[in-house]
Amino acid sequence: MKIMNCPLNGPRNISEFICFGEVSIMPCPQDSSDDEWADFIWLSNNTAGVVREWWCHAATSYWFIAERNTVTDEILATYPASDVFTDRVEFKHKNNL
Amino acid sequence: MPWGLLKYGLASKYPARRDIPGPRELKKSYEIVIIGAGGHGLSTAYHLARYHGITDVAVLDKGYVGGGNTARNTAVIRSNYISPEAIEFYKASVEMFENLSNELGYNQMYSQRGQLTLAHSDASVRAFRLRAEINKHLGVRSEMVDRKQIREIVPCLNMDKKMRFPIQAGLWHRDGGTARHDAAAWGYAMRAAQMGVEIHQRTEVTGIHVDKGKVVAVQTARGTVRCNHAVQAVAGMSSEVARMAGIRLPIRSYPLQAMVTQPVKPFLDPLVSSAELHAYVSQTARGEVVIGGGSDPYELYSTRSTLDLKENLIAHVLEMFPFMGELKLLRQWAGITDMTPDYSPILGTSPVKNYWLDAGWGTWGFKATPISGKCMAESLANEKTARLIQPFGLERFRRFKLFNEAGATAASH
Repeated sequence: MKIMNCPLNGPRNISEFICFGEVSIMPCPQDSSDDEWADFIWLSNNTAGVVREWWCHAATSYWFIAERNTVTDEILATYPASDVFTDRVEFKHKNNL
Repeated sequence: MPWGLLKYGLASKYPARRDIPGPRELKKSYEIVIIGAGGHGLSTAYHLARYHGITDVAVLDKGYVGGGNTARNTAVIRSNYISPEAIEFYKASVEMFENLSNELGYNQMYSQRGQLTLAHSDASVRAFRLRAEINKHLGVRSEMVDRKQIREIVPCLNMDKKMRFPIQAGLWHRDGGTARHDAAAWGYAMRAAQMGVEIHQRTEVTGIHVDKGKVVAVQTARGTVRCNHAVQAVAGMSSEVARMAGIRLPIRSYPLQAMVTQPVKPFLDPLVSSAELHAYVSQTARGEVVIGGGSDPYELYSTRSTLDLKENLIAHVLEMFPFMGELKLLRQWAGITDMTPDYSPILGTSPVKNYWLDAGWGTWGFKATPISGKCMAESLANEKTARLIQPFGLERFRRFKLFNEAGATAASH
């Protein structure tokens, strides 16, 4: 069994985790064009190599970020999302959201 | 032919038949460069040469003919999809398979023995009813079958009602079948090469040159070749090759694991798959039982197998055929499947002019080998996307006009 190191729960069986895809920046829903928004929803880098992704430890609903190599199937690092996202993301038209 | 065979049998030397010519120099330029010498790429090349008179074509591959997902798929041929656009497309492919051995003069070992999909829940039964009706309306032979009929079609199936998910009903697709996947690639390769198409194996594409929004050349490990059109047909590497042309695709790649058992006496005529158990089973002409259906839970480009997924898949197959627990596994492998959000392929033009996509074939690519080659060739020759594949263009995602075939694809996710 493959082991993933959860930043909250320590090393756990990878079957306890769910992958939620690469970390990407959401365009502002109000300002972006329809095409930009569609691209954000559908397109994927799908990199053969090192990727940075959202993962969730299902049993504890703990979300974090993992870096892994999609060619060698190695998990390189796992860390809390707060390591990357230090500021709150503010959109211009926040009153309309 | 009988005399030829007799002469061959009595001859003192037995020259091996070469299906395609040996390696040669790359030319500086071609009208069309096809990246990927698998079934789809070679089928495109064949149709270009045979039906459109375009033979200034090079097919490039980093490995060898049919060595990628053409060799890794589990060779299921069927047309019982759910959206009319997909049914029309795959139905045309099934019809081409029916005559493919004659068309190519190359035995495809095509065997139209029917495909049975099992429903273990009310939801699946409802979905099957819908599929059966849409299929029938479009001339595809699909019908709902009850437990009694299922027992007649596959007598050795475990119909026990005490199982956790007993079989409730089935979708019986008489047009379903199987063929030898290598023969499709080699048949197309041989005939295309005979008409003047160049097939360059071990020629990895390392870059794609785009000038003023139009593809102008393909850079390979053996030098750069100029081209008027380029096609990518590289299942398992679609995103990476498209990236060379500066295109992002709505594809996520997952390994799909499969295996075969030792050969045994024939016991299973149709292909059997199960929507709930995420597994499909068929017996080959030489008696091996092919088992497929386990997709890895996260994106990966590695074709290693994993014990937990194999164990899962086997457990599901043993629910259907408990006696198969006695069989030994002969081989196991994985293939990289380029999954699209709607489980439909991406065919036709791309944001780069004269750069054509034959991608997003996920777990359903082999069955479309003849028709996608035909449609891609028609599109290239006329510089206009062929009617049958127009719905499957990349631009459908920006228009939110998807063709959801997740249910009809059954076996993977």
